[in-house]
Amino acid sequence: MTHHTEISMTRRWFLAVAGAGVTTGLLSGPASALAPVGQTMGDGYEPTVWYAIAEDGKITMHIHMAEMGQHVGTALSRVIAEELEADWDDVEFVHVDTDPKWGYMVTGGSWSVNHNFFTFSRAGAAGRMALIEAGAREMGVPADECKARKSMVIHGDQSISYGELVSRGAVDRQFSAEELEAITLKPGSERRLLNRDTVARDVPEKVNGSAIYGIDRTIEGMVYARPVMPPVRFGSKVASWDDTTAKEIPGYIQTVEINDPTDTCQGWLVVVADSWTAASNAVDALDVTWDGGSGLQTNEADLMAEGARLVNDDDAGSLFMLEGEPDAVLDAADMVHEGEYRTHTVLHMQLEPGNALVWQDGDTWRVHAGNQWQSLTLPLVAKALEIEPSNLVFETSYLGGGFGRRLFCDFVVPAALTAKAIGRPVKMVMARSDDTQLDCPRTPTVQRVRSVTDENGALKAYDHACAAGWSTAPIAPGFLADGINGGKVDPFSISGADHWYAAETMRVRTAKNELVHETFLPGNLRSVAPGYTLWAVETHIDEVANALGQDPAEYRLSLLDAQGRNAGAAPNAVGGAERLREVLSRVIEKSGWAKRGDLPEGTGMGISVTAGQERTMPTWIATVAQVRVDRDNGEVTLDKLWASIDAGTLAHPDGALAQAEGALLWGASIAIHEGTEIENGLPRDQNLDTYTPMRMNQVPELDIDFVTNDHMPVGLGEPGVIGVAPAIGNAVFHATGARVRTIPMRSKDILEALKA
Amino acid sequence: MVNFTLNAQDVEVDVADGTPLLWVLRDKLGLTGTKFGCGIAQCGACTVHVDGQARRSCVTPVSSVEGADVTTIEGLAASAGLAEGELHPVQSAWIEAQAPQCGYCQSGQIMQAAALLSESPQPTDEEINAEMAGNLCRCMAYVRIRKAIKIAAASQSEGTK
Repeated sequence: MTHHTEISMTRRWFLAVAGAGVTTGLLSGPASALAPVGQTMGDGYEPTVWYAIAEDGKITMHIHMAEMGQHVGTALSRVIAEELEADWDDVEFVHVDTDPKWGYMVTGGSWSVNHNFFTFSRAGAAGRMALIEAGAREMGVPADECKARKSMVIHGDQSISYGELVSRGAVDRQFSAEELEAITLKPGSERRLLNRDTVARDVPEKVNGSAIYGIDRTIEGMVYARPVMPPVRFGSKVASWDDTTAKEIPGYIQTVEINDPTDTCQGWLVVVADSWTAASNAVDALDVTWDGGSGLQTNEADLMAEGARLVNDDDAGSLFMLEGEPDAVLDAADMVHEGEYRTHTVLHMQLEPGNALVWQDGDTWRVHAGNQWQSLTLPLVAKALEIEPSNLVFETSYLGGGFGRRLFCDFVVPAALTAKAIGRPVKMVMARSDDTQLDCPRTPTVQRVRSVTDENGALKAYDHACAAGWSTAPIAPGFLADGINGGKVDPFSISGADHWYAAETMRVRTAKNELVHETFLPGNLRSVAPGYTLWAVETHIDEVANALGQDPAEYRLSLLDAQGRNAGAAPNAVGGAERLREVLSRVIEKSGWAKRGDLPEGTGMGISVTAGQERTMPTWIATVAQVRVDRDNGEVTLDKLWASIDAGTLAHPDGALAQAEGALLWGASIAIHEGTEIENGLPRDQNLDTYTPMRMNQVPELDIDFVTNDHMPVGLGEPGVIGVAPAIGNAVFHATGARVRTIPMRSKDILEALKA
Repeated sequence: MVNFTLNAQDVEVDVADGTPLLWVLRDKLGLTGTKFGCGIAQCGACTVHVDGQARRSCVTPVSSVEGADVTTIEGLAASAGLAEGELHPVQSAWIEAQAPQCGYCQSGQIMQAAALLSESPQPTDEEINAEMAGNLCRCMAYVRIRKAIKIAAASQSEGTK
């Protein structure tokens, strides 16, 4: 029997976490008109809250997901328009401000299209049904003889447009939740928009400087602010501060000591001035001393040592998954394949630093800031301001990069408290180093994998232990799940270790590294746990294949039997591991894998298969990397990446490709270009001089293909990241025989591995 | 007092001499298309043209542009003699390639690419690497940025035939 803790972001979960805090404010007309991205919403006929059809035929979709590069407005509008049988040229969309009527607002997990697919499809279908009924009445013909195409209801030679029906007042049907639930969606063969090419609607304003991000909003009477960062995230208190020198800076206004009821800001000051430059200079001129601070002497090596202790203590942590009795197999085995895999701290470095504009507008407080998780941040900021959540509204804006950093918008809190303290609108902008010091980095991890194979290579036991900071624990503890043997687990911090390979017995144990939590706030970074758990899984499987003398690609195929727990389930995982076999076969073929033995000395190919972000929403990807390794200096050059991807139906195929391109390069960047270590409680590298994500001159050739089908759409923003690091590591092994078990793979690690 | 030409208009600003041009553009003159990323000339999000050359405005003291001709993303098309509402060929190429993801770095990328193309109308991949490596795209839309530069180069060469 399989015990398994699934990731399921159900409404029930949300309510359990958010409780009454879900309630937000009301969107007032004038304020929304001022909001640069949130244009006024559509008017006319609204079969549900998700769109309106105006008398002139214009259809305005209401998008409650954040735009941070994924062209989500275009993708979600396509989903509605498909079932609505709308003419795409009639469609516009607006990104909306917070309002309880949108329900829970979070943009993350690569969920946007998948989680909204049924709701938005049914909303579109409901409008089509109502318009067909109305059109039939107006034309005096039976509704079941009518069809809808391109915003027209058609009966034989007669037709009437959606706009005309609205302007005649001929359509007003509303749909109950039960009626919506009962709607059957069109078969794939009847689709006219999904899986078809289109262009992203948000691109033009991103090339002429008119797109408004969080940092771009202004309001009359506002002042500028920059924070003074405490020595570490937790536990500091300001002992003294002196602004004598700062007062000599023209434009300096004052320094505000932040007393935060939410404890988000511990030991913060915020400097206010009439320009950001003055505020920034005054921060540098301020004389501040602090008492205390948690983790002031903690370094990366300490976090790793604690992780190693936890993975080697079988009693530490809780079980995320258990199938059969792996201990019996492990204990009886003549040979156990065993490896310890490590990943170092990774920073977001989203290009738009943390910032927020906060002001009071009558009884209502308003916030303009890029935000991925309004339903989490809004109650936090309301608590900080000591106001009712219903008196707080978050305006929408474009995000200058999300990547998970703006899931926890802690940086809004000091801006809000400063605005409250001085009674004026405050625009707080963090300098890059401030942003890095407050970052919620990806946790360092230590993982131990042990496995036992039979004479053919079948997995008799697979045992995976992972020690990590748990991103969910500090910010949304209600999302923790029960471990199989008691205790709690953070599914978001272990997802991916529960892979799709056949294993007779299997165990996944996850331990929370408390030292990480005492030092900083571990966050969600693009691809989250699968970004490190699959480093361990796919490196380990490669090691097993090589130990058995089998081809790593053929060995993976042999483990993907799509039986039992790996058979997959509707709606998201139809076909199960069979779809992983399909993408694996495709990438083997197109990469010329069979001829990799002919590559020159020092050049190698490596492979991986992944199904992020989670078993309940898998995007099936196989990746091949080709690298060159310089044996003298340990430098790895990535020449090419191939990926075959099955993400089900593609709402916006070119957008899907763009996400895949960016995600693959992210994976490569994390593997061989960027990465930092914690030093004295903070990231060592605080700006882009020493923190070094991939640049134009380091980009490998990309060859990406998508499987075409009508399956449920799944995630695209993150899953492409996951398989790249192991594919590169496995390619390094193929090129040199040196096995690297730590990312980032730095030259010195490669040189060490070459010696081993 | 500092006087310079900004997007073909004479401007006079009264700020401390050391104030970086970036913040004068954004906060005094209301041109927010030029972005703040790192503050130390390492990301390129703040790239503008000063007398036709690409410059990182975050480390350019405003006093140093006294009398100079400054162009931002908002004035790029006009600087090429195009009417209001029209796009510079580099901007059109960016749309054709669907280059932007989050878009935050793209003003800087476009200004850098426009400067590259004015010096080297048919840049090689090596020239693109050398000229664009200072502009970080955290979304890693590099494949399409390169493609857009090549589209712009092709359209410029057609325009001059």
